[in-house]
Amino acid sequence: MSTDKPIDKVEDKLYGLLAEYESPGALIEAAREVRDAGYTKFDCHSPFPVHGIDPAMGIKPTILPMVTWGAGITGTGLAILMQTWMNNWTYPWNIGGKPLFSLPMQIPIAFEVTVLLAAFATFFGMWGLNKLPQVWHPLFGNDNFVDKATCHGFFVAIEADDPKFDQEGTTATLEKAGATAVEAVRYETSKKHRALPNGVIAFMALSMCLALVPFAYIAKQRASTSDKPHMHINPNMDFQTKNKPQTASDMFADGRAARLPVAGSVARGELKADDHFYRGLVAGEWATEFPKEITLSAETMERGENRFNIYCSPCHGLTGAGTGMINQRADAVGATATGWVAPSNIGQESFAKQPHGQLFNTITHGIRSMPSYGAQIKEADRWAIVFYLRALQRSAHSTIDDVPAGEKPAIR
Amino acid sequence: MSSAETSAEALEAREYFKGISDSVCGIVEAEKAPKIWLPAFAAAVGLTGVLVVSLYILLTEGTGIWGNNNTEAWAWPIVNFVFWVGIGHAGTLISAVLFLMRQKWRTSINRAAEAMTIFAVICAGLFPVIHTGRPWLAYWLLPIPNDMAIWPQFRSPLAWDVFAVSTYMTVSILFWYMGLVPDFATLRDRTKSKLKHTIYGILSLGWRGSARQWHRYERAYLIMAALATPLVFSVHSVVSFDFAVGQLPGWHTTIFPPYFVAGAIFSGFAMVLTLLVPARAIFNMKHIITDQHVENMCKVILATGSMVGFAYGTEFFIAWYSGNMYEGFTFLNRMFGPFAWAYWTMITCNVLIPQFFWFKKIRTSPFIIVGLCILVNVGMWFERFVIIVTSLTRSFMPGSWHYFSPTMYDASIFIGSFGLFFTLFLLFLRFMPMIAMFEVKGASPHAHAGVKHH
Ligand code: HEC
Repeated sequence: MSTDKPIDKVEDKLYGLLAEYESPGALIEAAREVRDAGYTKFDCHSPFPVHGIDPAMGIKPTILPMVTWGAGITGTGLAILMQTWMNNWTYPWNIGGKPLFSLPMQIPIAFEVTVLLAAFATFFGMWGLNKLPQVWHPLFGNDNFVDKATCHGFFVAIEADDPKFDQEGTTATLEKAGATAVEAVRYETSKKHRALPNGVIAFMALSMCLALVPFAYIAKQRASTSDKPHMHINPNMDFQTKNKPQTASDMFADGRAARLPVAGSVARGELKADDHFYRGLVAGEWATEFPKEITLSAETMERGENRFNIYCSPCHGLTGAGTGMINQRADAVGATATGWVAPSNIGQESFAKQPHGQLFNTITHGIRSMPSYGAQIKEADRWAIVFYLRALQRSAHSTIDDVPAGEKPAIR
Repeated sequence: MSSAETSAEALEAREYFKGISDSVCGIVEAEKAPKIWLPAFAAAVGLTGVLVVSLYILLTEGTGIWGNNNTEAWAWPIVNFVFWVGIGHAGTLISAVLFLMRQKWRTSINRAAEAMTIFAVICAGLFPVIHTGRPWLAYWLLPIPNDMAIWPQFRSPLAWDVFAVSTYMTVSILFWYMGLVPDFATLRDRTKSKLKHTIYGILSLGWRGSARQWHRYERAYLIMAALATPLVFSVHSVVSFDFAVGQLPGWHTTIFPPYFVAGAIFSGFAMVLTLLVPARAIFNMKHIITDQHVENMCKVILATGSMVGFAYGTEFFIAWYSGNMYEGFTFLNRMFGPFAWAYWTMITCNVLIPQFFWFKKIRTSPFIIVGLCILVNVGMWFERFVIIVTSLTRSFMPGSWHYFSPTMYDASIFIGSFGLFFTLFLLFLRFMPMIAMFEVKGASPHAHAGVKHH
């Protein structure tokens, strides 16, 4: 604040002349005279805006309103674009069948965004045009200026850079304009004291580092291993006092949270009383007939073929000979040596002799190394597959004589 | 005019300017705050503690601790939100609208009123955020890209609210800070302490009161006032749309925007007086905030209070005149239903109480003014309560009718929000220039000392 302490004869430079005036009125007069004398690099200083000084100094109207206007218009446009894009284009939002685009509904937000951007532009634009914030200025080195300029003093400062500046002549001009005091303002050329104080910079750096500590701690906690549950920053209703499946509960004698259905209860559609259709059994023996629900038609045959090709052919191959892709692959990598069981050749005599019900049962429950398909294939489709298996078995033993006379030339 | 005369006039003006700086900065520079400050501050911090504890319980337990239920989903949190936003509006009105209307008397109260605005909006913003139930997800209100590709629904006034209130908050802070910069510069230049010099130095951005800077500054100030004026009207209109766009009887009326804005100014001025009448006595500011200023504000309260009363009458008339049976029921229910006590509290405080301000005797007795103003704010809180609670608890379907009773936590959070408000306001009074010094100087007749007319 003060420059009282002697400067160790470092180089200093003349900033200009500072003249004090007794009243706002005197300041206006002085400003006019300085301007009339042809000075351009000068400024007036007062604790409040003195009205009438702008024309006296010849200050041109600022471009700030244009900045505000531009930002405001941008805000309006952006807001309308945003609302249209978000509610009409990327996520067309039908509200009560109203038209997707309508200007009236966009007005409130368009207005707010206009004001917001215009206010930002005015605020930052004004400081920017005024070249603020400023850490240092030569005038702050003058005690009289510091004491009065923001309180009750009125000053004119003419810079030494002004082409018309010469110390004596300018002093005379200022005095003639009614100055109560004229002083030369000098400043150190070294830039050392023009920066923010070290304490301030250290404080900012330190607080920025400290602000990172919580995040670093959380990151560390989440990345490291521990025998305790990980720290949970945002509980977000993740832990609730409710019973989840497969958990224990003291509430019931059997100690489990989930309740089993009453013994003998059957869910809707799960009765499955028809042994023939659902299990392939007739009076406890493998059924030798197809159940009455299945019509032995070309359609059922096609359905069977289709299901077989999807579910069975990967292992058994399209012909059922046991040469599906998976088996080929197993052979290629020599899996047999490590216990690979090849899918059976369904065309084999023994399987052809099996009753329908037994084949049905193999599909439902699988057999030895073959997994079950009961969960994936519905009963009717399983029967259709059995129907198709019969066709495959027949074709496995077919001779050229089985081919209809008309088709023979085609396969020869 | 002889030169001796000019000097005398100039001297007097300079002494006046210095006097303003001395008395306003004196508060901030004083080693000790006035005796009453510390106990008041302690009480405010205590209440803020109540708020913090209640919020902790709220966040860990969930919104079930409130009296809200399926029928009455809005209840106190939204009542409090509208109440605080409304209070905030007086500050902007004083700083922006009265500025555009060239009411010079505003300069002595605008700074404190703007501070009040910001603190009130902070309290207001708290409530919708905690009302969401999971405040840490409050950013969902903003149009932020998300993995569900879902955006805010811009036909909803609740989405408008987000934009209106956050814009209002931002612009109020910018406007307030802009006004503070030249005064921070005064504090910077007066202080002897190095630390304070650094702090005020940073806050004042290196302001040095040059005419070329003042020129842009005044322009910016005018533009900000011109932006803030429609903004303040839009904000409370949008808040009223939250109701008016809904289809509930008692809410679905076009009178809401002007009626809400009048109510907001009414309650805000009452709050300004509640704060400033004691503050000017405690900090010896009676020569700056004069009796004339206080009287003017009382008159504003009288005018807006009468507008609010008129709006109540219109609302009631339209309920009958529209021939809509649901509207008719709602208004009779407000008067004679289970919440009749709240309705009549509101009428007494908002329509009858301000009528006392017709009398100059009352407009000049500080204790009565503060008492009446507190009652006005009680009434304005009840206005929002009546609108929200009576309409929701007796809506179209009698099957969902319900009585609403608040819980302890409803009360503790609301009372706690006063703690937060007063804590911030007391800090402001102690550490910032409570009066816009440069504006008071510029608006005084001394600002023309020595001016010749060409
Ligand atoms: C994952 C490969 C795989 C698929 C898919 C598969 N099977 Fe098999 N299947 C086998 C293997 C392996 C065997 C031989 C099992 C053994 O001997 O351990 C076998 C055996 C059989 C047998 C002989 C049963 C017996 O009595 O010995 C039949 C019939 C059969 N499969 C039918 C089918 C049908 C029908 C499908 C389609 C629904 C099917 N399989 C799908 C691997 C498969």
